[in-house]
Formats: sequence, structure tokens, C-alpha cells
Amino acid sequence: MSEDKLKITINGIETRCERGTTILTAARLAGVKIPTLCHDDRLEPYGGCRLCIVQIKGVNRPLPACTTPVSNNMIITTENETLTRMRKNVLELLLSNHPNDCMRCEKTGECELQDLAYKYDVDGKRFEGEMWNLPIREDNPFITYEPNKCILCGRCVRICNEVVMAGTIDLVGRGFNSMPDTAFRKPRTLENCEFCGQCVSTCPTGALTDRKGRGKGRSYEMKKVKTTCSYCGTGCNFYLNVRNNKVIKVTSAYDAPVNEGNLCIKGRYGYDFIHSPERITTPLIRKDGSFHEATWDEALGLIANKFKELIDKYGPEKVGAFSSARCTNEENYLLAKWVRCAIGSNNVDNCARV
Amino acid sequence: MAEKKKTTKTDKKPKAEMMDPKDLTIRVCVGTGGLAAGSSEVINTFYKELDTQGLKAHIEKKCVNKTGCRGFCAKDVLVDVIIDGNLSTYQFIKPEMVSRIVTEHITNGTPVKEWLVGPDYHVFHDKQTKILLKQCGQIDPEDIEAYIGIGGYEGARKALSLKPFEVIEEVKASGLRGRGGAGFLTGLKWEFCRLSKGDPKYIICNADEGDPGAFMDRAIIEGNPHSVIEGMIIGALAIGCETGYVYIRAEYPLAVERLRMALEQAREKNFLGKNIFGSSINFDIGIKLGAGAFVCGESTALMRSIEGKRGMPRPTPPRSVNKGLWNKPTALNNVETFANIPMIITNGAAWYASYGNENNKGTKVFALTGKVKNTGLIEVPLGISLKEIIYDIGGGVEKNRKLKAVQTGGPSGGCIPASHIDMPVDFDSLTKIGSMMGSGGMVVLDDSTCVVDMAKFFLTFTEDESCGKCPPCRIGTKRMLEILTRITEGKGKEGDMELLVELGIDIAQSSLCGLGQAAPNPVLSTIKYFYEEYDAHIRDGICPANVCKALRQYVVSVELCKMCGKCFRVCPAGAISWQPKKKAAIDKVKCIKCGACFEACPFNSIM
Repeated sequence: MSEDKLKITINGIETRCERGTTILTAARLAGVKIPTLCHDDRLEPYGGCRLCIVQIKGVNRPLPACTTPVSNNMIITTENETLTRMRKNVLELLLSNHPNDCMRCEKTGECELQDLAYKYDVDGKRFEGEMWNLPIREDNPFITYEPNKCILCGRCVRICNEVVMAGTIDLVGRGFNSMPDTAFRKPRTLENCEFCGQCVSTCPTGALTDRKGRGKGRSYEMKKVKTTCSYCGTGCNFYLNVRNNKVIKVTSAYDAPVNEGNLCIKGRYGYDFIHSPERITTPLIRKDGSFHEATWDEALGLIANKFKELIDKYGPEKVGAFSSARCTNEENYLLAKWVRCAIGSNNVDNCARV
Repeated sequence: MAEKKKTTKTDKKPKAEMMDPKDLTIRVCVGTGGLAAGSSEVINTFYKELDTQGLKAHIEKKCVNKTGCRGFCAKDVLVDVIIDGNLSTYQFIKPEMVSRIVTEHITNGTPVKEWLVGPDYHVFHDKQTKILLKQCGQIDPEDIEAYIGIGGYEGARKALSLKPFEVIEEVKASGLRGRGGAGFLTGLKWEFCRLSKGDPKYIICNADEGDPGAFMDRAIIEGNPHSVIEGMIIGALAIGCETGYVYIRAEYPLAVERLRMALEQAREKNFLGKNIFGSSINFDIGIKLGAGAFVCGESTALMRSIEGKRGMPRPTPPRSVNKGLWNKPTALNNVETFANIPMIITNGAAWYASYGNENNKGTKVFALTGKVKNTGLIEVPLGISLKEIIYDIGGGVEKNRKLKAVQTGGPSGGCIPASHIDMPVDFDSLTKIGSMMGSGGMVVLDDSTCVVDMAKFFLTFTEDESCGKCPPCRIGTKRMLEILTRITEGKGKEGDMELLVELGIDIAQSSLCGLGQAAPNPVLSTIKYFYEEYDAHIRDGICPANVCKALRQYVVSVELCKMCGKCFRVCPAGAISWQPKKKAAIDKVKCIKCGACFEACPFNSIM
């Protein structure tokens, strides 16, 4: 197999990689980091932001690492004076039409543009000129859109069309005035948007943010608790962002084996119940026609006794269990095991079966 | 009056019968230029006049032929009258002039001398080498029989008798390079597409001619649409595909109409459709109308547009010949390229290669515009010098002013200074000098043109037409334009030129597609050759060509002023002081630099 592998040299390091690998992936495997703003592993390579440009020996212009496949004996340089100058100029240009208000920006601390401006020491003051001055759009309960912060990497548009296939947004307008927006620039409603927040999850800047979490804490103030979504049996993972023992928002876990960072509206925005005052937090036992709070020991003891009575009276095969699609696979497995082993019945079912 | 007219007519009737020419053909140009000048009304009037003057027999023979553009639109409506093989060409014909032509020329046999074209018309045509445009202006573009009559579709028939690789070899041997601007070898492209794995394959004709001032492709489709269709059929046979598309801009309604008509006629003849020419091969062509985006002339953006997506380019590789339309192998060529193909197959590669120079074979059509005496569409062999084009065909600079530069390749091209006028016009030489062939626009600039202003004009276009995908093009061209604008407004700063050059080079190097990569060309080439002119704008606050409004300075020449007071009367700002028998003077503070006094002065005393 290793004969099929291509030999390439990145920044003087010789390495081998599979045919069809892009330079960006090959570099990552070789431990070389190439800056990029429009790349997301969940999306098709785009080649739009022009930050991942690299020089290839024998090619007269720099090519984007994210879309260019490696070829045998390719000699690649990812950083040199010219490339740095070009990257700096691209960043200068992006920042020349960007509010640069990092101090009060929701994204500060996890902003890819901010990180690159820091890395390349760019302040955005080189090119003066017209800047967008568009109002913040909060036309829906979940997603805040600050067009002025958009760098047109196209990630939101692509995730909406390639992954979610909802087609809610696309680039509209031309030239300097192009921007991602809904058809006819209408507000986002359930008619045109799924509110999965996938666009928010991929946005590298503060252009798209979770409205519910705005102003409630910086990313570095959050304790990130990885958990499994409680809404369905798919088992998506995500991070609960917790500050002062309160869940502020949900962010993607890109290493999650099931969902690879993708989430739906329930997983990403359906966490209000956690702190709802109406939430039932202890077991309730009905006594004399009304519910009374109880401890888990009391409740489980009661249930166990009832089951025993039933089994004694009618036999174990008369007992069955029906579990919820909102439980994880592991929980469902445990229930089935418990019914079979502890009760001695094969009557197990789940609402997701239909 | 009416009575008198009547008598003349009756007088002439027997004469007309006596002088009735045996063979009469009248050709009227119905290209966009001709139609705009009123050629359809001219045709109607010819029929009416022939009818009233007793020449009905010719009407029945359909003696009035519509033809496509012959290139000299400035002289429209152009009318050819051919009597028994003798050709006379009239220029600037209006419907009211037709009566006299019919009476004096057609019936009496004496051409109306004062309306005939002058020597400049003949110079303009005689110095050209017309092989591609030969038929435009000769045949009726709306009639397939006219095309077949001059040997049309013979190339396709011949190609059907050849093996695909023989067709490809012939095109390769001809040395034909893509006429869309990049100059890639057409035969090689077809070979790559033929060899590429994938099914089905597609062939596309790029008729999204978007350069300001370019109208070559439009003229070919309007004047001889079947040549393009035949070229596409031959291409389809070569690469092995059953579906072709013509991507044509909706702003060319006449071209679209003629193309539709031509496709329909070709289908009726079974040149398109199932089992074309009675063979086992199927091939048909669809039309996709562009919605007015310049960037859709870029091949990958064009394909996305056909797919129904937003027209934005994608990085290559993969090349279109491997993954093009709907990710299938696709050969995309320009209108002019396809129109060249039938001749190559019919007459052979060697015949075609006899035109042009070593690496640039054949002829190229240019749209010659700007400050040149004869403007229009010209066809010349590649490698001809710029001087021959401007002075021989173009008749020299308008008003005999001094030639300053030539802008080739439209907004993607560059400025060639007058000092390089002897250079050959071909793909390689133009690229070497910092310009490009582009689709073939050629704008002549004289010393009254400000190069900064011109660079600004072209950049305004590209900035507006950027698709927005990559920052160097989207924001970079915007910032360059802002810098240029401030220079033309007299607010240029030290270091602006250096900034323009740095930004220009980076945009050219790091943009995604050809639009962005070529956008800085007009600026970079003008800075290279006209550094002093930029410098005068920035440092001295002067526009040497006196074009940039904010930098204009009007003064009255004391020697030339005849004290007429015209300037005083037209000045809207009250900036001119004048009294009868006193010389005028301009108050620089009050002057708004509108130029009204400059226009009004009959003695050129304001400068």
C-alpha cells in the first residue's frame, strides 16, 4: 500500500500521503498548520478566503492548500516572506471592512479572525475606505446576525446547503455588497429556517452568534461539559457551556463520533428546560389523589415492591417495559437487560420502533 | 408637387422596363448596429420603392438580402447594390434616400455618387484579412440555405467521415488557440476532454461576452450563427458528447433570436437531434441565457450558472475537461473559436496555419474603438503590428491627435504605450508586455485621455462585477478604486502609487479566478508606462490631459481672447469677470471647473 502513497515535501519535511489528499490535510498530518478561514472539515473545500495559499515549486502563482490535491514529489512552502505579505494584506483587507470592536464582541476569545490578526500582527488600519454600516439583525429568537462582522467565507451558506440542505441562506448581491442572507432578505421564520444553528456553529467571526447566550459570558469563562443530547436516540454529543452553575449555551463537539459537531434545533437551542422553575426535580408519589415529593429511595422501593407483587400474582411474562426514544442507546440497553434478567420477561419495546 | 411626382413616375415606367437589370441584389446590414441605425425601415422602403417603380419581378426573387455586421458600424446603414455583378456600396442610408437610389441607380444605372462609401471604407476593409468574418455581411444569417450555399456544414460532414482523433489532430495541427483570451490550444483541450473518464460529456460555447467595448462574438452570432453551430457539432464529434450548451448573455436579444432560429433550422435539416446527418450519432444544443453577471464569462462560474447555482468560480484543479458541468468532463470554447473550426476541417490545418505567426496561428477579430478614425470590427492575422491596425485599418488617430496608448483586452487587459506600437499583436507578446489578448477589445487613446481616469473606469467595472467570493478581489479592487478616485480628485497621498502596486500584485497573485487575477492590469500597466502622469496628479495636483475635473485649471489666454463675453454668459458660478471690450478673467476660487466656458469659447482662448 505504501507504494501507492505519494511523496511530498512540506517546508523541507518529507512525508507521504494518500492520492487525492489536499495539501491542507497533508500538512496537518505532517504537523504543519496552515491558516484558513473558509475551511470546515464538515464542508466541501471552497478556496475562497485565500489565506491557505501556499507556494509549490514550479507553479508561478500561489495555490490554495484547501482545494489543491497533492501530486507526487510536490515541494510545498507554507510560510515565507511573500506568502506572509499576501496573508497580511488579505487580513488587512478583511479588517478594513470589519468593525474591529473585539472588546465588546460576543466572539472574542474564540474568533478565528481575531486569532489570525494576532498571529500576523495586523491592525486593519492600512486601507481606509468605505465600510458596511448595516443594522444588527435579531429577527428571530435564536440567531443574531451582525452583517458588519461577516467576512464572506461562505461557511454558513455551505453548511446550510451542503449539510443541512435547508437552503435558508445564500450569498446575495455582488462585489463589495455581497453578503449571506435569506431569499429576498426576509426575516428568518420556521417557514424558511430550521433554526438548527449550524450556521452559527461554523461562523469564524462574530457575525452569527447564539442570541440566547449573548452578553452572558466570554467563552473562556465557560466550563464546557460534554454530554449527550437527551432529545432522541441518535446520541449526538455537545458541550454545555456552564457559568455560575447555569447553562448559558450549547456548542458543538467536533470530535463527537455520531454527529461530528452537527446539531439540530433541539440539541442546540432546546436547553431552556434545564433551569425551568416548572421542572420536576424529585420523584413524586401519588397519595390520596395528589402528588407528594419523595426521595429516590422511597420511589424506587415503591416501584420494586409493586413489580414483585405483580410478578408473584401473574408471573414475570405478564410484565413488560416500554422505554423512550429520548434515552441513549446505553440506557435502552440497560432497561432491556434489566427486564430480561431481573424480571425474567422478554416483553421489551421502545417508542422509536415505529 | 404631387402631380409632378406622378408624372415623373409615369415617365420613368417605360424607361424602367427598358433598363430593368437582369440580376439585382441589394444587401442591407441587419446587425445590431445596422438595426439601430434604421436598417429594417430601409429594407421596407426598398420593397415599397421597387414596387411603386415597377420592379416587382425583383421583389418576387427576393432581391433584398439581410446580412450580418460587416464591421464598419460607424457607417451604418450600409447598403450594397449589386447589378449584374457590379457592386456599389452606400453609407449612412436613411429610408428617405432609398427612392433616389432606386430611381437613379437601379432603374437608370447611375450610382448616386455622393452617397457611396469613401476611400476610408475600402482602406478599412482591404487591409484586413477576412476569413472568419468573410461571410458576415454577405449571407442572410436567418436562412440556413444561404450558409449551405457557401459550403456550410461541409466541415461537419467531413468530420463525420473522420475518426474523432483525426478531427482533434487536425485542430491541433492548425495551431488554433482559444479566442476567449487565455489562448489555450483548442485541439489539446478537446484531446484532454476526449481522454477524460466520465459520462456523459458536455460541450459549451461561451457567448457571455461581457467586456465593455467588445462585440466580436455578438457580430459572429448575429451575422453567421450556423458557423458556431457547425463548430460545436465538430467539437461534439471530437470529444464524443451528445449535449451542448450555448451560454449567451440575455443583453444580446438579436443574437439570441438568430441563434434560436438557426438551431431550429439545423434541427429541421437533421444537422442536430437524433442521428445527425443520417449517422448513428445524436447531438443537440440548448441555450442558457446569462443574467448579466460579468463573472459568468469565467468558465467554472459559467458552468455553475448553467447548473442553476449562483455564478461563482471555483478553484482549479480539477480542470473542466475532467470535472466541469455537473462534475462531468466538459469542453468549453469561445464563440470565435468554434466559428473557426468548420474552416479548419474543410480547408485543412495547413491552410489555416498559413495565417499568423509561429505560435499564434490564424486570424483574430478585434473591436477597434476609442480615438481612432475608423472604429468597428476588424479581422487581422495574429502577429500584425499595432501600428498597422491603428494607422492602416483604423486610419490613424481621430482629429490627427497624438497617439498615447492602446488598451487591449478590456478591463482585464493592460495599456500599451505608443512607444510599443511596432510590437506584434499576439497572445504571447501582449502577455509579455503586461496586457493580454482578452476577448479582443482594443481601445485607442490619444493625448486627451487621462490614463488614471481610464484605469479608474476599468476598475469601477471589475469592482462592481466581482462575485464576492475571495477578499483580494472583493475588497482589494474596492480599495484600489478608492485610492484611484482620491488621486483623480486631487487628494492623492505620497505612497499611494506604491500601495497601488503592492496591492495590485497581491490581488493578481492571490485572487481565485481570472477576473481578480487580471483586474489590477489596467492600473499596473498604466503605472508602469505613465508613472509621471500619476505623479503629476498626486504631487503637483495637475491632470496633464485636463480630464480629472477636480484638477482642472481654467485660465483665459490674454493673447487669444477676443472679448466676446460668451464665457461670461455661460459660467454658472459667476466666476468670470468680463465687460464689453475687456478681456475675460477667471476667478480660481469661484470656479467650479465645470468646463462650460471651455466649451463655449469659439477662439480656444480658454485652457
